[in-house]
Amino acid sequence: MTKCADSELLEGKFPEAVKAVSEFRGETTVVIDKEWLRPVMSCLKVGEATRYDLLVDIAGVDTGSESPRFFVVYLLHSIKFNNRLRLKVPVAEGAALDTVSDIWRAADWMEREVYDMFGIAFSSHPDLRRILLPDDFVGHPLRKEFPLKGEDFDKPFRVALEEEKGNQTDG
Amino acid sequence: MAETRFMTVNMGPQHPATHGVLRLLLELDGEIIVKAVPDIGYLHRGIEKLAESMTYPQALTLTDRLDYTSGLSNNLAYCLAVEKLLDIAIPKRAQYLRVLMAELQRIAAHLLWVATHALDLGAMTLLFYAFRDREAILEILELATGARLTPSFIRVGGLAADIPETFLPRVKAFVEDFPKRVDEYETLLTKNIIWKKRTQGISPLSGADCIDYGVTGPVLRASGVYYDVRKAYPYSSYEDFDFEVPMGTNGDVYDRYLVRLMEMRQSNRIVKQAAAKLPAGPVMAVDAPQVTPPAKDAVGKDIAALIRHFKIMEQGFTTPPGEVYASIESSKGELGFYIVSDGTNKPFRMKIRPPSFINLGALPKMIEGQMVADVVAAIGSIDIVLGEIDR
Repeated sequence: MTKCADSELLEGKFPEAVKAVSEFRGETTVVIDKEWLRPVMSCLKVGEATRYDLLVDIAGVDTGSESPRFFVVYLLHSIKFNNRLRLKVPVAEGAALDTVSDIWRAADWMEREVYDMFGIAFSSHPDLRRILLPDDFVGHPLRKEFPLKGEDFDKPFRVALEEEKGNQTDG
Repeated sequence: MAETRFMTVNMGPQHPATHGVLRLLLELDGEIIVKAVPDIGYLHRGIEKLAESMTYPQALTLTDRLDYTSGLSNNLAYCLAVEKLLDIAIPKRAQYLRVLMAELQRIAAHLLWVATHALDLGAMTLLFYAFRDREAILEILELATGARLTPSFIRVGGLAADIPETFLPRVKAFVEDFPKRVDEYETLLTKNIIWKKRTQGISPLSGADCIDYGVTGPVLRASGVYYDVRKAYPYSSYEDFDFEVPMGTNGDVYDRYLVRLMEMRQSNRIVKQAAAKLPAGPVMAVDAPQVTPPAKDAVGKDIAALIRHFKIMEQGFTTPPGEVYASIESSKGELGFYIVSDGTNKPFRMKIRPPSFINLGALPKMIEGQMVADVVAAIGSIDIVLGEIDR
């Protein structure tokens, strides 16, 4: 199968970049070092043997543990070879990742969503703003420590609003 | 020479032609769009966050609320991902019924699309015909699932129930009649000179640009790129059915319209085959007792079955630790679920790959340099559903 061949190719070309390769339910996942993200991605996109021209999705994952705190997961598809490949990049709390939005323009919105939901910054991204949540939103909701419900979730809206007003005049 | 001044126009979020709550900030030079910035998120409900607090069977109900024009397709994509995680096989009857329902749902979604898209561009008549036929599909689906828009009928392991006896005759009557209905739509639009002037050459996107922006579905195929998840990674026995993938050449609004109309005919073919070839047998994976509730009469007689019933209803089931991605060709494009499991009965992380969201990302590229009147045509041609974009 070509799936394994692609991970072997990566291991041959970027021995320092590839940290782990795993197979699960017929899907290949390659964990790569974040310093090597851009060279690996460019190689996968333009390489004659790989041609991963369609960036299917970018997903953030909060592991809830110390190291690594986050994974950013890239899902690639090759229209020519009809292959899928998943790359995972471990990211520490507060660290930034290089953007791939100049390699695939699809990454523009996908990276903005990861930033919005997890607070992972992408350096040299052309327009890194929140995308789904309002600009003045506090916090990044898909982080594990973000509460599922607000403190006033079970109060009628008017009561919650008045309490907030009251707090403001006190302060 | 007078200095050039651009005017900024705010389109939406409450605008009938933006198909929901999409807001567009348009910078105009006269009637030409210089810059377009979509603003989304007005319908954000935090579905991915909510899923982390729900068991796998509970989280299924969230998927109906993504693309609410094709609830069954969303159910299917989610169930495929969880079933891949569990590594269980689904009975053939359930697989065929899933295909049948997903394709009926695709026709219904495309009918809704063609109705509203034509309405946006001033062709109001089609709305009444398309809604009449969409209503027929929704009634058929309601017969089996009990719901029109939010069925939650496709379950992990199979289907919630077998179909009633009256279901197949009605499906067969519908598929016999439907090609004539598509002919009717075509006589209204395909050669209509006004329709052509409003759509041909409008907001074109080349195949290379589509791939670069990650665009999938009818919009990608209208630009001449062959990619359909049903063919690329056949799921739910799609390889058993004979159908073609309609393609366009110019990648403009007109070609997207043609591709969708041809897709409806192909979907009709698939439904016809599925109804004719439907095998007998169970509709739930009976050899996967961890997801399949016991039969109702067994629950009353056997204490072990009673316990299993309550365990499944209350706690759901646990999945092996790991991560999977499964996707389907929904009416909008590739709809995928990336699920990370930590071995408990709740998804550790559920990432949805919403086709509308990613297709909308290409909208600025489509409309910049075009006339402001064509924005409505461009938005309509992508076929966005905000429930899926904002999640």
